[in-house]
Amino acid sequence: MAKQYETVIGLEVHVELATKTKIFCGCSTAFGGEANTHTCPVCTGMPGSLPVLNKQVVEYAIAVGLATNCDITQYCKFDRKNYFYPDNPQNYQISQLYLPICRNGGVEIETEEGTKTIGIHEIHMEEDAGKLIHDEWNDCSLVDYNRSGVPLIEIVSEPDMRSADEVIAYLEKLRLIIQYLGASDCKLQEGSMRADVNLSVREVGAEKFGTRTEMKNLNSFKAIARAIEGERERQIDLLEAGEEVLQETRRWDDTKECSYAMRSKEDAQDYRYFPEPDLVPIVISDEWLDQIRERQPEFRTEKMKRYKEEFEIPDYDIEIITGSKHLADIFEATTAICKQPKKVSNWLMVETMRLLKEKEMEPEDICFSPENLAKLIMMADKKEINSTVAKEVFEVMFANDTDPEKYVEEKGLKTVNDEGALRTTVEKVIADNPQSVEDYHNGKEKAIGFLVGQTMKAMQGKADPGMVNKLLKELLS
Amino acid sequence: MANVISDETIEYVGILAKLELSDAEKEEAKSDMGRMLDYIDKLNELDTTGVEPMSHVFPVQNVFREDVVTNGDDSENMLKNAPAERDNMYEVPKTVE
Amino acid sequence: MDILSLSAVELAAKIKAKEVTVKEAVEAVFARMEEKEKVLNCYVTLDKEGALKQAEEVQKKIDDGTLTGALAGVPVAIKDNMCTEGMLTTCSSKILGNFIPTFSSEAVLNLKKAGVVIIGKTNMDEFAMGSTTETSAFGETRNPWNEKHVPGGSSGGSAAAVAAEECFFALGSDTGGSIRQPASFCGVVGMKPTYGTVSRYGLIAYGSSLDQIGPLTKNVEDCATVMEVIASHDLKDSTSVKREDTDFTSALIEDVKGMKIGIPRDYFGEGLDSEVKEAVLAAAKALEEKGAIVEEFDLSLVEYAIPAYYTIASAEASSNLERFDGVKYGYRTEEYEGLHNMYKKTRSEGFGAEVKRRIMLGSFVLSSGYYDAYYLKALRTKALIKKAFDEAFAKYDVILGPVAPTTAPELGKSLSDPLKMYLGDIYTISVNLAGLPGISIPCGVDKKGLPIGLQLIGDCFQEKKLIQTAYTYEKIRGEFKKPADSMEGGRK
Repeated sequence: MAKQYETVIGLEVHVELATKTKIFCGCSTAFGGEANTHTCPVCTGMPGSLPVLNKQVVEYAIAVGLATNCDITQYCKFDRKNYFYPDNPQNYQISQLYLPICRNGGVEIETEEGTKTIGIHEIHMEEDAGKLIHDEWNDCSLVDYNRSGVPLIEIVSEPDMRSADEVIAYLEKLRLIIQYLGASDCKLQEGSMRADVNLSVREVGAEKFGTRTEMKNLNSFKAIARAIEGERERQIDLLEAGEEVLQETRRWDDTKECSYAMRSKEDAQDYRYFPEPDLVPIVISDEWLDQIRERQPEFRTEKMKRYKEEFEIPDYDIEIITGSKHLADIFEATTAICKQPKKVSNWLMVETMRLLKEKEMEPEDICFSPENLAKLIMMADKKEINSTVAKEVFEVMFANDTDPEKYVEEKGLKTVNDEGALRTTVEKVIADNPQSVEDYHNGKEKAIGFLVGQTMKAMQGKADPGMVNKLLKELLS
Repeated sequence: MANVISDETIEYVGILAKLELSDAEKEEAKSDMGRMLDYIDKLNELDTTGVEPMSHVFPVQNVFREDVVTNGDDSENMLKNAPAERDNMYEVPKTVE
Repeated sequence: MDILSLSAVELAAKIKAKEVTVKEAVEAVFARMEEKEKVLNCYVTLDKEGALKQAEEVQKKIDDGTLTGALAGVPVAIKDNMCTEGMLTTCSSKILGNFIPTFSSEAVLNLKKAGVVIIGKTNMDEFAMGSTTETSAFGETRNPWNEKHVPGGSSGGSAAAVAAEECFFALGSDTGGSIRQPASFCGVVGMKPTYGTVSRYGLIAYGSSLDQIGPLTKNVEDCATVMEVIASHDLKDSTSVKREDTDFTSALIEDVKGMKIGIPRDYFGEGLDSEVKEAVLAAAKALEEKGAIVEEFDLSLVEYAIPAYYTIASAEASSNLERFDGVKYGYRTEEYEGLHNMYKKTRSEGFGAEVKRRIMLGSFVLSSGYYDAYYLKALRTKALIKKAFDEAFAKYDVILGPVAPTTAPELGKSLSDPLKMYLGDIYTISVNLAGLPGISIPCGVDKKGLPIGLQLIGDCFQEKKLIQTAYTYEKIRGEFKKPADSMEGGRK
């Protein structure tokens, strides 16, 4: 009988924090600037420059630690991690090894076998590296330090996960917590959340862990799942062939669906960590912790409970809406304006979800404002526009946060509520379609649908279908 | 000399420090480092049990910046110092194979 | 009037009184350089044009009353490891041979605000690693008292420039004695302030936890005056300390009655030159006669300071100097194959032997498996040394001893045996480990005609006690000889 293997997975998750400035200097963290325009002597490693810690980074790290049930290290320090690479201007990265800010936490995930806790070994603060652009034409690489010094937290899990599903559940959970905190937007594709997978296999029942590898360059949940499957198989194949798994870092190529070792003679992996002499210790008082604790937002579980009590919307809707902080924010803000939770929920659940799926977007990418969604709902409510028009307007609003009132005005989409004008059109439709009229009179109820359609067409869609129906029936009786 | 530094060690430290030493320099480095380490081993005479390593002399702590953008763009001047530059970026030998 | 023989404070007063113009002062030092630089080589970079331009601007501000400080108009030299915007800053290294900073170090900015004129950058041991200024990539500096001897180091250019009257004062940096020892060798006053007193922003780091900028001056009054200007709480340096007591000139008091002075027996043992010993003890005696309470005591741990220091300083240096890689600034090798070869060739060609030696040692002590045994052990030793000083300062206001075991050695005699050279730092190094202030003041001349320095060490933040003691001693001692008097004429 073939041996049964178990996969053991731990994750190192890097999250870019949503601060306005870098971790050690006053440069902007904004995306998309021209190369090196968001740099200064500090984040380009100019001789003589010195780092000064951004307080907001500490506050975000503590907030994430508290939300993931960690112990906060009330006396913590930064260390230098030394390695040469051009994206790392000082050739050392300021990070934390000996006294990371958070330790011993964990989050619960739902699995097929029920609730499971994934331990968090530690969370530490560090600086991001710059970006290397490979110039094939000139056979060189170019360095842009705009991202150099952007604050990161690295969340290191215990090796508690056993499958790709668990890994994804854990990542979803972390993402949600961090988004709820506003500490990061956690977009995998854009790199504001990055996961390195530490994976080993062992025979079922074995107590010792196998040798693990570290997999980098995973840019989507799908890539993570594929990489886990690929690496699991690669390691099992090695073991079955009587070979050894080497402890190494591997790079996942998602297009080729395989990984390769990132080894080099020049890469000694001996980082010579030592306490950063240019930064002083961080002492986190109980008072400071309490302040941050008080500012913690309502997290998903509490939010779901409150929605159940406050709004009459289906549990399924609550689940989906609270599944994204951004979506929940839109829901709450829109409801506060238009006082129609059910309708708001409907717009989010049906049209919004449809468009997100169609355009392959995440809920975090939604750009329309609660004010505009509320306006749309209220216009439809007052029957100023009919539902077809409302959907059309919504689509425009979804694309670029257009003000629905202005759009309806400009495009002349307002429903004609003038009964006289409508009556004239209906009378004309009846006169023009004797066959349908006859069908109707002969008991073919469906015929009225055709007549409604003709009327709407004649009104260029700007009529209230209910009113058209009512008028038709009245005039045909 | 109590500390004998091997060729492998000098080679390894050279990789860490990104220094390429000539054979003569390597021999010199081996002897220098061995002598220095012998000298540093003098510290072992001291009983430091229970002594906290001291990285900062004074208890200065919690020095922070507020999260406010203060820097403009000085990349043009900074890049003037670059040995090789292209498109406002620092040019380096290819980092991928 | 001999402008050059004036102290910085005297010169500024004469400028204020319109007896001398800033331009005259600048021209006088440049004329002096014409005469001396060929032999002494105190400077890496001179900026006469810039100095004259500054002189004009400063003169205007003095005349219209916007600049009234005690140093306004004084020509100053800066050690070449402090960034000066738009002016070459090399650390006396080939690897930074063409580096032009885009900003100035905080200490330099503070001086400029006070209206000084920056005339150039002084030579030093490469990256401040050395005790003789012979490791400079731009040639050694010679001692103005005897050109066959070294000026000390690493701030040897600064000390020699002050002694040779090629500037009115200079800034240096002190990681293990690099201000005090060359001050001693060149017969000038040098102070290493309490760690955190002068901002390190813009100082190109050697050992970050030990480095401190300080003045090299002609006398104690100038020293206190410069200290008052350069000391500042700087938000750009996280290790900068907020102090309220930086009115150092208020300590220029000729009085040591009741001042408790401790003389560590450990500083007067084997290896100390007898002439140095005599001169230093004579200075102690003189202070005692003025009412100071002088006592011998055992400081302990003195011999452990050097190994602890070289472990910590080399480790920090190995990391601080990683940024010099041929990517962002400075030297890049001509030919290379790929990234890592570029790194290695650039660094091997760009750094000198002493720098490479310390980088290798530092990288080794931090490497996997050795960190605890070497680096942490050194940090624990540092804690013990600090404790020993704490105990001493519970009893004494000031600790008095020599600066260095000998006077300035001859050129070419030190580098061949690095370990022996390191032993020369024995009296200065523990001050850096404990973050303390220390001052070096000339207290005699040996038979060879070379100056001897007296070192006073204070508790943290007690620079004023040092200034008061040094000032009192200076008055007892009287005018100190000048190198010119001992050198056979101004040889070209």
